[in-house]
Amino acid sequence: MKNIHRALIAAAGVLAVGVPVAAWAAGEYKKPEEYTWSFEGPFGTFDQAQLQRGWVVYAQVCAACHSLEHLDFRHLGMDGGPFDQVQLPGEDYYTDFSADPNQNPVIRAIAAEYMIQDGPDEFGDMFERPGRPSDSIPSPWENEQQGRSANGGAYPPDLSVITKARYGGPEYIRSLLLGYDYEVPEDLEVRPGNYYNPYMSGQVIAMPPVLFEDGVVYEDGTAATVDQMAADVTAFLTWAGEPHMDARKSLGFIVMAYLLFLSILLYAAYKVLWSRVKH
Amino acid sequence: MSGPSTYEPKTGIERWLDSRLPIVRLGWDSFVDFPTPKNLNYWYTFGGILTVCLMVQILTGIVLAMHYVPHVDYAFASIERIDRDVNFGWLLRNIHAVGASMFFLAVYLHIFRGLYYGSYKAPREVLWILGVVIYLLMMAAAFLGYVLPWGQMSFWGATVITELFGAIPLVGGPITEWLWGGFAVGNTTLNRFFSLHYLIPFLIAGVVGLHIWALHVPGNNNPTGISVKSSNDTLPFHPYYTVKDGFAIAVFLLIFAFFVFFWPDALGHADNYIEADPLVTPAHIVPEWYLLPFYAILRAVPDKLGGVILMFGAIAVLFVLPWLDTSKVRSMRYRPMAKWFFVIFLLACLGLGWAGAELPDKMVPGLEAIGVDFLLFGRVLTIYYFAYFLVILPVLGFVEKPTERPASIDASVTGGKSAAPAAAPAE
Amino acid sequence: MTDETQTHDGDGETRRDFIFIAAGVTAAAGGVFTLWPFIDQMNPAADTLAQSTTEVPLDSLDEGMGITVMFRSRPHFVRRRTAAEVTEATDVDVARLPDNDARNVNIEDGAPATDENRSAVTATVADGVEVDPAYARSILVTGANCTHLGCVPTGGEGDYDAWFCPCHGSHYDTAGRIRRGPAPENLPIPPMTFSSPTTLVLG
Repeated sequence: MKNIHRALIAAAGVLAVGVPVAAWAAGEYKKPEEYTWSFEGPFGTFDQAQLQRGWVVYAQVCAACHSLEHLDFRHLGMDGGPFDQVQLPGEDYYTDFSADPNQNPVIRAIAAEYMIQDGPDEFGDMFERPGRPSDSIPSPWENEQQGRSANGGAYPPDLSVITKARYGGPEYIRSLLLGYDYEVPEDLEVRPGNYYNPYMSGQVIAMPPVLFEDGVVYEDGTAATVDQMAADVTAFLTWAGEPHMDARKSLGFIVMAYLLFLSILLYAAYKVLWSRVKH
Repeated sequence: MSGPSTYEPKTGIERWLDSRLPIVRLGWDSFVDFPTPKNLNYWYTFGGILTVCLMVQILTGIVLAMHYVPHVDYAFASIERIDRDVNFGWLLRNIHAVGASMFFLAVYLHIFRGLYYGSYKAPREVLWILGVVIYLLMMAAAFLGYVLPWGQMSFWGATVITELFGAIPLVGGPITEWLWGGFAVGNTTLNRFFSLHYLIPFLIAGVVGLHIWALHVPGNNNPTGISVKSSNDTLPFHPYYTVKDGFAIAVFLLIFAFFVFFWPDALGHADNYIEADPLVTPAHIVPEWYLLPFYAILRAVPDKLGGVILMFGAIAVLFVLPWLDTSKVRSMRYRPMAKWFFVIFLLACLGLGWAGAELPDKMVPGLEAIGVDFLLFGRVLTIYYFAYFLVILPVLGFVEKPTERPASIDASVTGGKSAAPAAAPAE
Repeated sequence: MTDETQTHDGDGETRRDFIFIAAGVTAAAGGVFTLWPFIDQMNPAADTLAQSTTEVPLDSLDEGMGITVMFRSRPHFVRRRTAAEVTEATDVDVARLPDNDARNVNIEDGAPATDENRSAVTATVADGVEVDPAYARSILVTGANCTHLGCVPTGGEGDYDAWFCPCHGSHYDTAGRIRRGPAPENLPIPPMTFSSPTTLVLG
């Protein structure tokens, strides 16, 4: 019997190791680099300053081509979002606006910078008005066809869940953003309008390099190096893909601790109950 | 073994109800005073764990259906809304998605436990067959449910699996169109898949009722495979097994919670976070891990119809297993040869799962030198899978010499010293 | 079943009871907490709550004109009343109204149903915004569902030339107060804020 148990455990181990390896085996491309993140591991949380910087990079660089379809402006001010705590003018403390992002002055200001199509009005005409927190972050394209034709046939993917939609997640996105400096292999033909990027599946990407030194200005004074911007925007997109991650982990510890305690109690009950039974 | 009922109504109301609808008596006889072999190990706790799994899936599923929109234009967005905006939506969806995997993990352990201890053998054939029916329904529910988020894997998984029916001669084409309600997987397909996905768990619950009923007629099998001979062999189900099952359920939930809270996407595919696109097929379509072995069997055959027949045959063979195993001994604990064929069978199933996850023309790590790719690997394991049921188990009954078995369940746990002679006939 | 008869040794019995009760209570408590996500998911979601404000531009409203806007999925009447209508509503003896509560969440509970307490004069005014009190007094915003059973009354009809509910015949006056018919309460006034001299934000 003991042998069988050991065999089962060994088999489970083989399965556990085998499956993640399989994911990378599919295509011919470079494995993403390993990076360190504030949100890594069971205790990791998002760095709010980094999320704010990441939003700036998204808004000023990525948003020219990529939509963020599943996010509204108000999401930026939800609990744990980039702007849920706001230092109001003339105050030296932060106010928590996460309960009602509609009232968040930063979110209102960000939304108001965008013109949103609304309507029809009482004459049946569509009109434009400044954005409100409850508006969806507008796509740069009227429709997919427009986005496709403006980009040589390659539609820039929506970024709402991009780190969850790619194997390698944040590592892959950050590697890809920094992956333009490699020498093109001789046997690979890169047509005009395409770029060599070894992290991309097929190693050819239609997106040009977009991050340049001081391409954005960070309000907190952080130097806008290419590395910094790639890290920040990737952290922001990871948050955008799973805005409840911090809550998930903190609730997880409570639930695990509870279940561990319950298991111990039930084990004790089981031992006490069975102590007089020969089994 | 069920014997006369020991339920005694204590109050007037209980007596009144008992003479009209003896439902309390049923519960008492089934889950309180039910005589259960006293040597059941932890592998026998999965029945209770699976009941919890089914309840978790039904409860989370009902609340998710309150927010999900079964329309190709809104399905993906409605899932994102559940994750972002619905109160605790992210938690409920994680539980439901991880829950499917945990359900299969538990059912596989439950099935392999039954295979090892011979729980499918007389007088439990119907119990086993009902179990296989539940397993089939689970696979259907899992497949239909995976289509609902309307990601790339949803769409292409649905396409590939429904195309399988096209292999049926003559009527294949019409059947596939009938399944789709159109000329391809589309909005009508999504709608009906949602309807059926909601229905099947309740069918499962019904068959589970029959499964438990069929269990309570012959009573539990046990690790020795020996029938219960006297009351020395058993304990009342409550509190002995309710507490033991409770402990096992708590430990299982601990593992469950780990995935829900700390590794929620580990068991899914990144491609399913890309909205379904009928124009682009993902580079590498694979089913969920729990269906991978069947996927490997499907691919092992170079012919479309042959592959489909073999894949369904892999499940069909389970239905006739009680009559394929010719051994007089139930538990493999006392079957020195069958025990090792079982271990190889278990490894073959895991290997098939591995083969199903990989591209067929990729070399198997460690076996490159002898030129074994995953296609060949899968073929060899497929042959073993069927050989185990169709050749090994039928033949072993005649050639194998079982080791000595204890006189009774009681003797097996007391080392035979205090064993009461098996006087009373068991069933 | 052997141990059932052997459990009556005091000390072991107490410890055994304690551990069973502790395990049972812990499991039950966990079950109760687990219920909360299942209940809370039915409450309005974040996107629904976020759309719980409605901006009403008043500049296009001439005197005597009214529009109906949607606020929290329900229609609301927004009306710029004429001076005559305001006077008519002001001259009513509040004590003789069927419902003499203002039903206005912008002021304290139980305030009398005077015309002033019903009008947009009671609205909050955003920082730095100046609103003409006479203008605000002319604006009336009320829920558009009859307080009887929720039908939408028609405008400019009934005994008071204001609103009349066709379902069961309730008559409302120019301040949206119930005057005659089965409806028990005045039409409710939603929370409102002047974000500019001519923009009212509901919610």
